[in-house]
Amino acid sequence: MAVLNEEQEMLRDMAREWAVNESPVTEFRKVRASGEPEAFNRDAYATMAEMGWAGVIIPEEHGGSDFGFMSAGLVVEELGKTLTASPLVMNTVAASAIVLGGSDEQKANWLPKLASGEAIATIAVDEGATHDPSKIETSVSGGKLSGTKAFVHEAHGADLFVVAAKDGLYLVEKGDGVSLATRKLTDQRSHADVTFDGAAADKLANGGDGLLDDVLDRARVLTAAEMLGMAQQVFDDTLAYLKQRVQFNQVLASFQALQHRMADLFADLAQMRSAVEAGLQAVDGGFGVARAATIAKAEANRVMHTMANEGIQLHGGIGMTDEYDVGFYLKRARVLEQSFGSSSYLKDRFAKLSSY
Amino acid sequence: MATQLEPATQTDEDAFRAEVQQFLADNFPDELKGTNNALSGVDGPTNETPAQKKWREAMGARGWGTPTWPKEYGGGGLTKAQAKILEQEMGKAGAYNPIGGMGVMMFGPTLLEYGSEEQKKEHIPPITRGEIRWCQGYSEPNAGSDLANLQTFAEDKGDHYLVNGQKTWTSGGQWADKCFAIVRTDKSDKHKGISFMLIDMDSPGVEVRPITMISGTSPFCETFFTDVKVPKENLVGEEGQGWTIGKRLLQHERTNISGGGSLARLMGQSLGEIAKKYQPTGDDGELADAVLRDKIADFEIRWNSFLLTARRAVEESKAQGGVSEISSVLKKLGTKLSQERSELLIEIRGLQGLGWEGDGFRDSELEAVRGWLFGKATTIYGGSTEIQNNIIAKRVLGMLDHQ
Repeated sequence: MAVLNEEQEMLRDMAREWAVNESPVTEFRKVRASGEPEAFNRDAYATMAEMGWAGVIIPEEHGGSDFGFMSAGLVVEELGKTLTASPLVMNTVAASAIVLGGSDEQKANWLPKLASGEAIATIAVDEGATHDPSKIETSVSGGKLSGTKAFVHEAHGADLFVVAAKDGLYLVEKGDGVSLATRKLTDQRSHADVTFDGAAADKLANGGDGLLDDVLDRARVLTAAEMLGMAQQVFDDTLAYLKQRVQFNQVLASFQALQHRMADLFADLAQMRSAVEAGLQAVDGGFGVARAATIAKAEANRVMHTMANEGIQLHGGIGMTDEYDVGFYLKRARVLEQSFGSSSYLKDRFAKLSSY
Repeated sequence: MATQLEPATQTDEDAFRAEVQQFLADNFPDELKGTNNALSGVDGPTNETPAQKKWREAMGARGWGTPTWPKEYGGGGLTKAQAKILEQEMGKAGAYNPIGGMGVMMFGPTLLEYGSEEQKKEHIPPITRGEIRWCQGYSEPNAGSDLANLQTFAEDKGDHYLVNGQKTWTSGGQWADKCFAIVRTDKSDKHKGISFMLIDMDSPGVEVRPITMISGTSPFCETFFTDVKVPKENLVGEEGQGWTIGKRLLQHERTNISGGGSLARLMGQSLGEIAKKYQPTGDDGELADAVLRDKIADFEIRWNSFLLTARRAVEESKAQGGVSEISSVLKKLGTKLSQERSELLIEIRGLQGLGWEGDGFRDSELEAVRGWLFGKATTIYGGSTEIQNNIIAKRVLGMLDHQ
């Protein structure tokens, strides 16, 4: 755990307490059971926004607290532990696009609403099933944007899309010229292919050529923070299970074959935490962001992948049941692993950033 | 959040920095800039040049080779903040610390904690001056990972012990002046029958035979004790306390092997950079062998997150004033990744990366081969990876004893 300041400790403790008491995995089960495509609890999100979580990276003059990404990551990690379904991550990433690239008017228009929870935003970048921001066909002509975005996270709940077009990022409000086709994925959360057909688009003109990369790096570190919380929870649950499950007249935790696998996972988790925290801190420091975000998401992918598989295996047959939570983590893990950079994409990016 | 330093503290630190700069200007010979002749545990005899001798003596006299050790025993008596300044200024001046080896890394800190006043006065000052080499008498042919199974016996003869037995993997034993050893004083209790004592390597009955390793070097020895007399005043702590003291010393060893102290050194040159010198690249400057490129990137990402973990462990232990719970994983991760790096370096260089000797190989290539082979020892010594896994599972994760 990174060394935190007092504000950050308070924020984390508050998020932990709320997640454990008000948003345990049973809440996610209710969301799943409701079958609503937007797949989150509006009342719960309103409470989160009231506690200031939707505005953690938004400047104070626009209604946020400007605590930064490390702080946002702490909240997201705690919510990841209990699989809290909400648009918080995507809203934060979309808000960062406006903070980085928006005009004064765009900021004043949108940031206070995104901070208060009155409006929700998400980003729409990829046009295929695999993350590849170099393959964008969406274009804008005369202020009208057209193209189809694939598997957009939190599309159903969003009022505003930050859309990547060939010549930059645009703000598009849900409404005329915007249609959704639901894509139900294993994680039971909100995903949709979004078709823009001449929708009114307002360019984010101030972020420079690197704006899309900057926004995606923020998506990578925050997604990695959610995965960190999930991996930590799978590890803790698995360890607790091994300590109480008895076979051959002894608890499983006393078997050395299992002890060494847990030691390996513990070491993996330590590396994942270091990489994710360093990624969040790099965004706040503004230095070496691309590299740090790449390492953060790559390590999150690697460790979460193994952790989810081992979590199931070490739980044994009970881990295969819907009644147990561990399977939910596996299903969410793979969706996040493929979002904003698979491991092969990130390794290629790391090599490019290192000039080989 | 910037920490507001008290004005007085800032002034003190500035004054100390100036003192260090003056000391380095007066004492560090220009010709040694960027070199390193530190006393280590496994190197051969030091043939010091006059300049190296002068530098070692200057640092020793000041106690700055062991900056935070107490002044009364020859240490520098510096605060952690001052030691940091010393390190920074030495780095800027290209100066190395000439005082090192097992005495500094492992034995000294342990003796300061458990030794008697007389023992500290006798043994610590020569370590701070880099005059005495220590070796470690721990492992035996039948006591490796199961170290407490050691059989070397010290028989009570009134004013002295009579020691008989064999130690192995004695690092630098052939060059050492003294040995800190764990030996059995009681055969009836596995752990409580062990005592920690200090043995002169030139005592009659001590015989040292170097072991040639797969790397072609002989950094380790077998050490035989036949009726070796050890004075009673060389017992550290009490009889039967040796396992406790010996384990404490191993904590210092693990911290050193994992390299927790020196990240920049561990970082090394980018493997991708090296690969571009040995392997074809495309028009875009990228390695043409996509599979190798992927392997290198995969490794370097994990290497980076290990280095970040080592840094985090240091920050956490500073903030908490104790040892971070992840310190126990550093040895396991660091040694494994270093081995992986050596293997990847061979794949990058092909057979050119497997040279044993001859003009057809660069020094860097030959050193890498020896390093690759010797590196196989790192996951075995200092508590093997399997022992580290036991420690993590039992002490950190609270999983029950498997025995």
